[in-house]
Amino acid sequence: MIDLTLLPDGGMHWLDASGPKGHIVLSTRIRLARNIHGFAFSQRAGDEDRLAVLERVQQAAAATPIAGGVTFRMDQLERLDRQVLHERHLVSKELAALEGESRPRVGAALVLQGPTGVMVNEEDHLRIQGMWSGFALEEAYAQLEAIDAELGRRLPFAFHPEFGYLTSCPTNAGTGLRASVLIHLPGLVLTKEIRKVLEGLTQVGLTFRGLYGEGSDVVGNFFQLSNQTTLGKSEDELLDHLGKIVRQVIEYEEQSRDVLLRTAAGTVEDKVWRAYGLLKYARSLSFEETMNLLSGVRLGAGLNLIPGLSVYTLNKLLIYTQPAHLAALEGRSLGDPELQLARANYVRRLLETEGG
Amino acid sequence: MMLCDNCKERDAVINLTQVEHDAKVTLHLCEQCAQEKGVETGAAVLKSPLGGFVAAMGKGANVLPTPADGLRCPSCGSTLRDFRESGRLGCAACYEAFGPHLRDLLRRLHGSSQHVGERYVAPDAGAPDADGELLELKEQLRRAVENENFELAADLRDRIRVLE
Repeated sequence: MIDLTLLPDGGMHWLDASGPKGHIVLSTRIRLARNIHGFAFSQRAGDEDRLAVLERVQQAAAATPIAGGVTFRMDQLERLDRQVLHERHLVSKELAALEGESRPRVGAALVLQGPTGVMVNEEDHLRIQGMWSGFALEEAYAQLEAIDAELGRRLPFAFHPEFGYLTSCPTNAGTGLRASVLIHLPGLVLTKEIRKVLEGLTQVGLTFRGLYGEGSDVVGNFFQLSNQTTLGKSEDELLDHLGKIVRQVIEYEEQSRDVLLRTAAGTVEDKVWRAYGLLKYARSLSFEETMNLLSGVRLGAGLNLIPGLSVYTLNKLLIYTQPAHLAALEGRSLGDPELQLARANYVRRLLETEGG
Repeated sequence: MMLCDNCKERDAVINLTQVEHDAKVTLHLCEQCAQEKGVETGAAVLKSPLGGFVAAMGKGANVLPTPADGLRCPSCGSTLRDFRESGRLGCAACYEAFGPHLRDLLRRLHGSSQHVGERYVAPDAGAPDADGELLELKEQLRRAVENENFELAADLRDRIRVLE
């Protein structure tokens, strides 16, 4: 087992909910896809080439803002450790090789420094990435751009005058930029306005996904909104557009919460406290139920209905109640009934010490 | 023409490759069955990039299989068919090798194939003159490939390789 306790906040700086609009927006995440000229893309490259890519990235990183970062070699980690990193949104399912019985690619790694890092030998050689608390697109991009510029000065990135940065999958070519805002929209779901909003999003070139990005289902009213296209618009245009739409969605969400409070305050309050009661006293909780209850309680915290309960605590519950985290906590792999008991146990204990 | 693996009635026009338990499984599907499996629907495009590709490549003029499938990247050896099946390119040079096909796909995916974002200058890039010449040659190459003038394209590619 790897020890992640030495990392401040376990590598999740966004957990403290200190960012702008933290009551609605959990996190802002940006990644830039880059490849090194002269090497086949990760999937096609041989082990030696991927190891050479990793070495070059590590060398180059030493002279950038991610100098001194920790390197996690996926190909040298147990599955449970890889799963923990994935549950923290630090590595993708592909990098951690969590689909079926597949093994991580030789040379697949995560270099992590503060809120930023680089996934090496994922679909692309480099995925320069970072995750920040709240709605913080500008700050996030400024930090990543600085790392990208320094890395690009030391590594020859594959770039084409017409197609821009060249990526393994043409869906990422051009800027290689994908920005996602993880947003909690219970108000829009309860007022049944969500469908309209989501349909609107796809019409303006944005896309939405669940908590874990590509291919994941929406649970607990958490949505990841991100840009769909990466080519034909500049980085600033892509970010401005996403930012503008997210601001609108936040506004709609705030309006829906107002409507709920004005028209059904009693019902909302009851929903919130029931969710809180279940989390605080249940003896067995499934992941999905936990997510849904956390959504209710988060709404309550946002509306100041539960005094003394912080969003930071709720964020911790979101992460630490996932299967690999519970297994790591118990020190063994857990089957279904045990897992649900362990989850309820963890939630109860945390709410006893940090709950309102 | 191959029959659809699902209905065994209509002609298969789409190859759907999935990885199941570490093994690659390729399904040959007709348009209708592919749609039923969600390959061509908007939802599938959102959920899986591969679904997006199969959908984007399957529509319009480029219904699979095509004679261009055998087109091979001189640098990494992957073929256009490999790309169509996996949704992933083998290396940066594939973008030149499959230029016209990719340009078409990029336009459908992004609405444009022209990068307007940050202009990257590689470290130790050649003198500005050589750089300019390289860009010009690449532009010529692009046009040659677009017009299917492959003899000229091969010549240009060689000159570009020398400069690079």
